[in-house]
Amino acid sequence: MALASISEAQVWDWLEDVPDPEIPVISVVDLGVVRAVNVMDSNAVEVTVTPTYSGCPAMAVISMDIETALAKQGIKKISLKTQIAPAWTTDWLSEKGRARLESYGIAPPRAAGGPERCPRCKSEAVERVSQFGSTPCKAQWRCAECLEPFDYFKCI
Amino acid sequence: MAGTSNPTQIDGQLFEFLLRQGDNVLVLGHRTSEWCGVAPALEEDIALTNTALDLIGQTQLWLGYAGEVEGKGRSANDLAFLRDVYDFRNVLMLEVPNEDFGRTLMRQFLFDAFQVPWLTALCASSNQNVADIAAKSVKEAIYHLDRSTETVIALGDGTEESNARMQSALDYLWPYVGELFGEDDVDKAMHEAGVAPMPATLRGDWETTVNSTLSQACLTLPDSKFAHSGGRTGFRHTEHLGHMLATMQTLQRSYPGAAW
Ligand SMILES: [Zn+2]
Repeated sequence: MALASISEAQVWDWLEDVPDPEIPVISVVDLGVVRAVNVMDSNAVEVTVTPTYSGCPAMAVISMDIETALAKQGIKKISLKTQIAPAWTTDWLSEKGRARLESYGIAPPRAAGGPERCPRCKSEAVERVSQFGSTPCKAQWRCAECLEPFDYFKCI
Repeated sequence: MAGTSNPTQIDGQLFEFLLRQGDNVLVLGHRTSEWCGVAPALEEDIALTNTALDLIGQTQLWLGYAGEVEGKGRSANDLAFLRDVYDFRNVLMLEVPNEDFGRTLMRQFLFDAFQVPWLTALCASSNQNVADIAAKSVKEAIYHLDRSTETVIALGDGTEESNARMQSALDYLWPYVGELFGEDDVDKAMHEAGVAPMPATLRGDWETTVNSTLSQACLTLPDSKFAHSGGRTGFRHTEHLGHMLATMQTLQRSYPGAAW
């Protein structure tokens, strides 16, 4: 399938459908790791990505998933560029992404350094279990009300 | 040494400087990863392996750039897995064995307390790549320092047993801290080129953090001013590094070029 012409907005749309491999309810765009899209011509697209944590093992999978998604849309030449500056920050998480994180059971990041409330019962009585969690971007917290443990998306 | 320097000489010294940055986080990252699956509690196991992961990630950035500067086509992996003990440029404190959880966290703390002001200063480096890598790494280092500070205080101001172990960890590691603030021709060249400050200028900041934390941890600062050296120049490593590399490099040594 050859496309007559594609716009950058179209490519961003497609990338909106690429889930984060570790937190599949948000897309790689919601996560803020896609920094730029550059359409060279109808067959060639360059995507710039940035890692969340410098050693995040999901980055290789994210790059592969982006390539696969664009290839499915008929893009022949896909180049992925990695940039580390400016460094990724949780400020780049989209509002939609934050809301989805919470309904999935992961408290979204907050500048105050801890979750606002339990993502399950919304109680504000929460306590930290560990500064680290199941992936580099998360920490473990616990709700004192419903007693459930939950993940908190670390704020950096 | 003559005061004039040519570009090749600067590149050579920049390469040395980058190896020091990369090898510090590589060696500490590997040591920390040795806790995977055997830490005292599940939360600590996860914390240690995540810390190791951050450090290895930072290694890829530093050694990747070192390979570019060297210009001989060596990748970050080549530098990590195919160099010998005397080619490593990490400070000695980071290569000594973990011993126990206490020494592991004390070392992490002493290093984090250096790394945070150091990387913060490097964010203003005249070398844009160095500044970018530092800006990425310092966020992780700040997080590590939060945790190592809390843990050192909790264990120091804990039981008689945990306090004694933390004091013995501190006494053991103390003769190694001086090397963090060493100064030689590489440091001077980097300072003159605006790439990095002289490490010794960070000592005040470091002591403020360390003194306040250790006093909250009910630990006594050792008197000794003696400082081991030889790691960051590669002149004399401890006998421990060779054993560590034997484990870390075995796969690439046995099956050169193996990939997955
Ligand atoms: Zn709850």
